[in-house]
Amino acid sequence: MLNRQGRPTQSSAAATEQHATFTGNKALQQIEPLIFEIGHHETTGVDIDAPAPFKSRLGKHARKGEIGLPGLSEPETMRHYVRLSQKNYGIDTGLFPLGSCTMKHNARLNEKTARMPGFSDVHPLQPVSTVPGALEVMLELSHYLMTLTGMPAVALSPKAGAHGEACGMMAIKAAIAAKGEGATRTVVLVPESAHGTNPATAALIGFSVRSVPARDDGTVAVEDVKALLGPDIAAIMLTNPNTCGIFEPQIVEIAAAMHEAGAYFYCDGANFNAIVGKARPGDLGVDAMHINLHKTFSTPHGGGGPGAGPVVLSERLAPYAPVPFIHVEAGTPRLVENAADAPPGNVPFGRMTAFHGQMGMYVRALTYMLSHGADGMKQASEDAVLNANYIRAGLSDLMSLPFPDHPSMHEALFDDEWLKGTGVSTLDFAKAMIDEGYHPMTVYFPLVVHGAMLIEPTESESKASLDLFIATLRDLAMAAKGNDKERFTAAPHHAPIRRLDETRAARQPVLKWVKPAPVAEAAE
Amino acid sequence: MRYLPLTDTDREDMLARIGVPDVDALFSDVPAGKLLTAPLDLPRTKGELEVERIMARMAGRNVAASSVPFFVGAGAYKHHVPATVDHLIQRSEFLTSYTPYQPEIAQGTLQYLFEFQTQVAALTGMEVANASMYDGSTGTGEAVLMAHRVTKRRKAVLSGGLHPHYAEVVRTLSEMANDAVVSLPPDVSANEDILSQIDDETSCVVVQNPDVFGNLRDLTPIAAKAQAHGALLIAVFTEIVSLGAIVPPGAMGADIVVGEGQSIGNALNFGGPYVGLFAAKSKYIRQMPGRLCGETVDSTGQRGFVLTLSTREQHIRRDKATSNICTNSGLCVLAFTIHMTLLGQAGLSRLAEVNHANAVKLADMLAGVKGVTVLNASFFNEFTVKLGKPAAAVVEALAAKGILAGVPVSRLLPKAGLDDLLLVASTEINTDEDRAAFVAALAEVL
Ligand SMILES: Cc1ncc(COP(=O)(O)O)c(C=O)c1O
Repeated sequence: MLNRQGRPTQSSAAATEQHATFTGNKALQQIEPLIFEIGHHETTGVDIDAPAPFKSRLGKHARKGEIGLPGLSEPETMRHYVRLSQKNYGIDTGLFPLGSCTMKHNARLNEKTARMPGFSDVHPLQPVSTVPGALEVMLELSHYLMTLTGMPAVALSPKAGAHGEACGMMAIKAAIAAKGEGATRTVVLVPESAHGTNPATAALIGFSVRSVPARDDGTVAVEDVKALLGPDIAAIMLTNPNTCGIFEPQIVEIAAAMHEAGAYFYCDGANFNAIVGKARPGDLGVDAMHINLHKTFSTPHGGGGPGAGPVVLSERLAPYAPVPFIHVEAGTPRLVENAADAPPGNVPFGRMTAFHGQMGMYVRALTYMLSHGADGMKQASEDAVLNANYIRAGLSDLMSLPFPDHPSMHEALFDDEWLKGTGVSTLDFAKAMIDEGYHPMTVYFPLVVHGAMLIEPTESESKASLDLFIATLRDLAMAAKGNDKERFTAAPHHAPIRRLDETRAARQPVLKWVKPAPVAEAAE
Repeated sequence: MRYLPLTDTDREDMLARIGVPDVDALFSDVPAGKLLTAPLDLPRTKGELEVERIMARMAGRNVAASSVPFFVGAGAYKHHVPATVDHLIQRSEFLTSYTPYQPEIAQGTLQYLFEFQTQVAALTGMEVANASMYDGSTGTGEAVLMAHRVTKRRKAVLSGGLHPHYAEVVRTLSEMANDAVVSLPPDVSANEDILSQIDDETSCVVVQNPDVFGNLRDLTPIAAKAQAHGALLIAVFTEIVSLGAIVPPGAMGADIVVGEGQSIGNALNFGGPYVGLFAAKSKYIRQMPGRLCGETVDSTGQRGFVLTLSTREQHIRRDKATSNICTNSGLCVLAFTIHMTLLGQAGLSRLAEVNHANAVKLADMLAGVKGVTVLNASFFNEFTVKLGKPAAAVVEALAAKGILAGVPVSRLLPKAGLDDLLLVASTEINTDEDRAAFVAALAEVL
């Protein structure tokens, strides 16, 4: 019997029946060996003619031994990677509610424009006179980012969020040094709820980290910040909306307190998707904020990257922005690649990366922004927030909310209080979601709540999709509370592979394929 | 708006279910007066056709590498990428997946990372490789920090043959962390005395091969001296294809090898996204930055892969992490590893041979132009020529004639007194016609 959503009303018994196959394959799920197990050293899938005989100029540097890598023919290559792809879950597969990661729809128009030869097939060091369109993209993207954030400057080159954090914190360090306070202002405040990249970034740049306690309601209180302020404080790194999915209510007061104490406010903008077109960081007192183009502006996550992490900067930090940047003089853009060529008043702190940053991501993000427009982006943020709160409303009677007093922004945070005594952990619950066809939410982050489950549906989900998701999580929650422990602790049952032994991987690291010893020897 | 599935009716129903009158009630934590009331001054929603036209107009203002005779290198190289690569990386399951934190539904990503790590280790001649850095330059910065952790010293010595952008990235990071850097002056002919710079305070020596001027270097004596003083040799490359033809850094004793992988599988993209390759001796593994993929088994004993040794990383170790990197170069890694799988060692060696042959042909032809001297004793697919005139102006004049001739050294090293030097790269894409056009135009311009 099916209900109105076309789902079985009971968990399917047939699905758990085992029919072992001879190959180990399960229809569309194929066991795929490593390329090293199927390829040959003499095989290549690329036809290249040998050059006419010539006199080598490699001298004594010519390679002697062989590399030791197999090749695959083109059909074998195609099949290998298609089969691998079928073991992956993507946004296009289903709902991907990974909190803090903003797994929204990746429009293929963005892929198409990024592949226009005028963008993909231009070299970062070809004459600047041959790339006016590339500078135009960078200026246009900058204009959008500055307008959406209400900030006067942006450094585009950082390669991802964490790299943007480094860029912003370096600008802060340079500004502090310029005031002659480099030796004293050495401490950065970081709330306990912060993403790991925040303290890691502060440490990378030579700051020491002091923790700011979170209040019981999941927010940071201005009194708690003030109590820590002093001549040794360089900055605070505060995420807003924060990692519990709450807009920090005292953010303006916190910014003012930092500034009064001669320190800076770095805002982690990973959660910007909640507030585009709704509130501007520039109105809140932010000095620097990175924007993950791969979250808010829909450039694909690609299995872990690449991303892009432009940093918007306040008037006070703008002069320290790293090279390269574009300076517009009398309407003409000029690419400034060396500190010595910087216009008066600019004192770049250095360089974050070779060349000019993630052009391929700029094109995708700008394509997204043009498509949505100001009205579409605002609607997207509102829908993202609406979707998160709808899920929260649909689950909060069964699952425990650590911070019920604040509305959620674009993500809803639950803890594992409700699982107490069931023998089911947050991890088990996540793995059971896999069996139901969902990617799990973010688990065990933020660290400030026990057994965190952070659900971010994004604006890309329809109401029907959310209803089905809520119904499924309700079924699972009831099962967890109803002594159906095995469903969880042994999950996933239906993924291409069962639960993996992560401890073993770390205890005896095997990080590359090594040719097995011949069978005869191995047997001894 | 085509990307937003909710209808107005949906929105109303959902607000009612949540129990708030309107969506702004959900923004009640935004401080008074800070919630925007008017729309921002940006254009409105556009259809796909219109957006495509706008982007195409901007793209059309740039000169694409494949539309002209093209010899630009200096850290990014134009190579042919098989059609299979770009098709495969656009499969939804690769393109729209996240970092494989849930390994049971990310074995596709994890297996190609494991294969990638194996390929990078083999290419560089090293024991272990990680799952990528942002690019070669940031990877070099991370390698220096790693050497500081390993040696518990804080002074890096940078060769004058290191790409100037890479050196700048290292200097920026080091200055911020109060670490010392000794930068040797630009070393056009690979005859700097780097050995005398190594002392008992040195944490690492950073040497690029082929260097930014295209010279091939023997790193063996540098590795020996560094190691005798308890320092590490960091070997850098910007052209991974070179490792199909030259002695790999691992065979010369390098402790850490880092470089740019763009040449294999990835387009020029005006500088990014690219893919940083990072390999090391396995005894240093716990000090490595970035993600590592490792083999394990599932609860039924079947082989599988997971991210591992993550106690090095920011999400576990926070301010004690080996790096702050989180998002890396995932999809560029996939492009690299697919292209590398297609090539195999046989294809890579052949590709490298053709690159070298083309560069040799071009160098010999350029040497025949009056006023031009090729400076390199040895090179792979890139070399330095002396023009007797400011190279930047020559490059502009050639660009006006529809030839993208190379990178003036002055663009990377302004005010270094090297204004008449030009870096010229030649890969498999160049034809006899390209070379003839370049040489004829250069003769006219000089
Ligand atoms: C809150 C927060 N800050 C920072 C980051 C780091 O961004 P990236 O992965 O782009 O380096 C993330 C991403 O996971 C995040 O969620």
